[in-house]
Amino acid sequence: MTSATPESTPDARGHYGRYGGRFSPEALIAALDQVAAEWDKARNDPAFHAELDALLRDYTGRPSPLTEAKRFAEHCNGARILLKREDLNHTGSHKINNVLGQALLTKRMGKTRVIAETGAGQHGVATATACALMGLECVVYMGEEDTRRQALNVARMRLLGAEVVPVTIGSRTLKDAINEAFRDWVANVEHTHYLFGTAAGPHPFPALVRDLHHVIGAEARAQVLDLTGRLPDAVAACVGGGSNALGLFGAFIPDPGVRLYGFEAGGDGVDTGRHAASITGGTPGVFHGARTYVLQDEFGQTLPSHSISAGLDYPAVGPEHAWLADTGRAVYRPVTDAAAMEAFRLLSRTEGIIPAIESAHALAGARTIGAELGPDAVIVVNLSGRGDKDVDTAAAYFGLVGDEEEGA
Amino acid sequence: MNGVIGTEEAGRSGGQGAAGPTALQAALAAAKAQGRAALVGYLPAGFPDVESSIAVVEAMVEGGCDVIEVGLPYSDPTMDGPTIQRAADTALTAGTTPPDVLRVVEASAATGAATLVMTYWNPVERYGVDRFCADLAAAGGSGVITPDLIPDEAEEWFAATDATGLDRVFLVAPSSSDDRLGLTARASRGFVYAASLMGVTGTRAQVSGAAEKLVARTRAAAPAGLPVCVGLGISNGAQAAEVAAYADGVIVGTGFCDRVLDAPDLRTATAAVRAFAAELAEGVRLGRTG
Repeated sequence: MTSATPESTPDARGHYGRYGGRFSPEALIAALDQVAAEWDKARNDPAFHAELDALLRDYTGRPSPLTEAKRFAEHCNGARILLKREDLNHTGSHKINNVLGQALLTKRMGKTRVIAETGAGQHGVATATACALMGLECVVYMGEEDTRRQALNVARMRLLGAEVVPVTIGSRTLKDAINEAFRDWVANVEHTHYLFGTAAGPHPFPALVRDLHHVIGAEARAQVLDLTGRLPDAVAACVGGGSNALGLFGAFIPDPGVRLYGFEAGGDGVDTGRHAASITGGTPGVFHGARTYVLQDEFGQTLPSHSISAGLDYPAVGPEHAWLADTGRAVYRPVTDAAAMEAFRLLSRTEGIIPAIESAHALAGARTIGAELGPDAVIVVNLSGRGDKDVDTAAAYFGLVGDEEEGA
Repeated sequence: MNGVIGTEEAGRSGGQGAAGPTALQAALAAAKAQGRAALVGYLPAGFPDVESSIAVVEAMVEGGCDVIEVGLPYSDPTMDGPTIQRAADTALTAGTTPPDVLRVVEASAATGAATLVMTYWNPVERYGVDRFCADLAAAGGSGVITPDLIPDEAEEWFAATDATGLDRVFLVAPSSSDDRLGLTARASRGFVYAASLMGVTGTRAQVSGAAEKLVARTRAAAPAGLPVCVGLGISNGAQAAEVAAYADGVIVGTGFCDRVLDAPDLRTATAAVRAFAAELAEGVRLGRTG
């Protein structure tokens, strides 16, 4: 079964070492318990897996290919670069893996309404898609700033029948959309499921979302063995909340010879303060229901994050990443906007694949790993999404709209 | 109402708590002795600025609040509705810090009103859990309400509040199971906060019908004598009277913030707040006779 899930690593209350847990209002505890209990039942239910696997195959288009990027590899010190093609999934990113699983859980719990948060719009579009497919009412919270930056995705969600609510409080971005979704959930929890989009938040969301993305790494591990006859030297993914990275890492965590690399959004550079690199530039704290690395000031107020990539523009990270970082099992590094955009252009021109700017952070990271590990290295890079949504941003960044390209 | 306030609770705590009831426990006991519910008023520190928030708190006490909850403004208040979000945002924009919050606590306690801090968890952890408790106790605070800390995650909090003799108030909700009502009430000291409805802070046209049932369920699960106070959605004297008929305390926040937001100047704000507190104070006195 492609959607078979790994043994969970957190303790019974969702702790990864000192991280994770539940820092949530009591009013939501019953609902969180219900999600956890339903997931425990579903993950051991062959009928659930059969239904989810059929959706992943016939609707999403899994398994996604593992594509060798030979011309891009020339810019990675000659290391073999294998792209896990989550960009080819229906709706254009890895997000659909989690969404289909949680939409099925919603129906199992007898709930009829789904709420979700979205930043760039990928998770919102995926959620609206699954709700259209399964006949669920769908409300998506999106920061007003993001609805303006991603107007096309707002239209897409509305076409799919979702209600998009612009959030006009706070920084008007992803973190405020999550705040507003939690406020909705506590008031409507009886018939509403909060379809959380990343491996963060209160237990059980970090484990649930990770498990539903485990298919990424499980497929990639089999594919790389098939192609090269051995395990890769390293796997790489971008990290915002961190769901695509955990999806890829999960299958390789037990393999001590495989290095795990997470690339955070370095924005203008971590030393400028304008970034979204929570592990590299943040400190342990409690945010959105879990203890994890947070961008915060000396008084514990959340600091604004910055990234050219809306999907990584989040001031915290999933708690399992905090734990993997502290234990040293995974290594996290920042990638600047500039390095990510260079990799974005490079992949487009060498492979004919336009990546999501989020995924371009992992591609930029792969270039540095390639330089370190040498030309004999095999590196799997999670191409977590496609770049259609980013054409406006790229056109502005590279000056592609006028008569002449200026470059950057 | 049953049992005696401040014996078991205070006896379980070390430090100052072992010496006798906290100001909060004493205020709730005094209201009970008068045959009425206590009036608990909430205001974020630093709203609209630190000095003005002290004036507003003084007006709340003059109008008849027995207990003051000083809010610690936080950037991501997921349990609050638009009014308190706006108030907290105003306070943060004005540069309010935890030391300012402690200054407001000190001024509030100086009026003679029992004073609590209401805070999301991260600012406490960032300040240092032990240091926060020590500084709050030194400022004359009685305890802390923590809306996003559940007893399951509160081991360090138990130790710090026990060591300083501070009350610690956890919340229960209509969705809480009987097991969780018991767990949460046993972990609470001072009182347990019953959220009257499933939702965020803000005024409502009617008090939720779930509130009275929740109070009864909580009393059945709680240690004898632990007061149960009700908050969320109470915004006038009649609603205060209705809740006072079955609760040990009536908690009002958004209504006070609204009056400050609506006022053109501080003088108008404090007058409106004083009058509103008086209306609520009359309500909590009508509850048991009405």
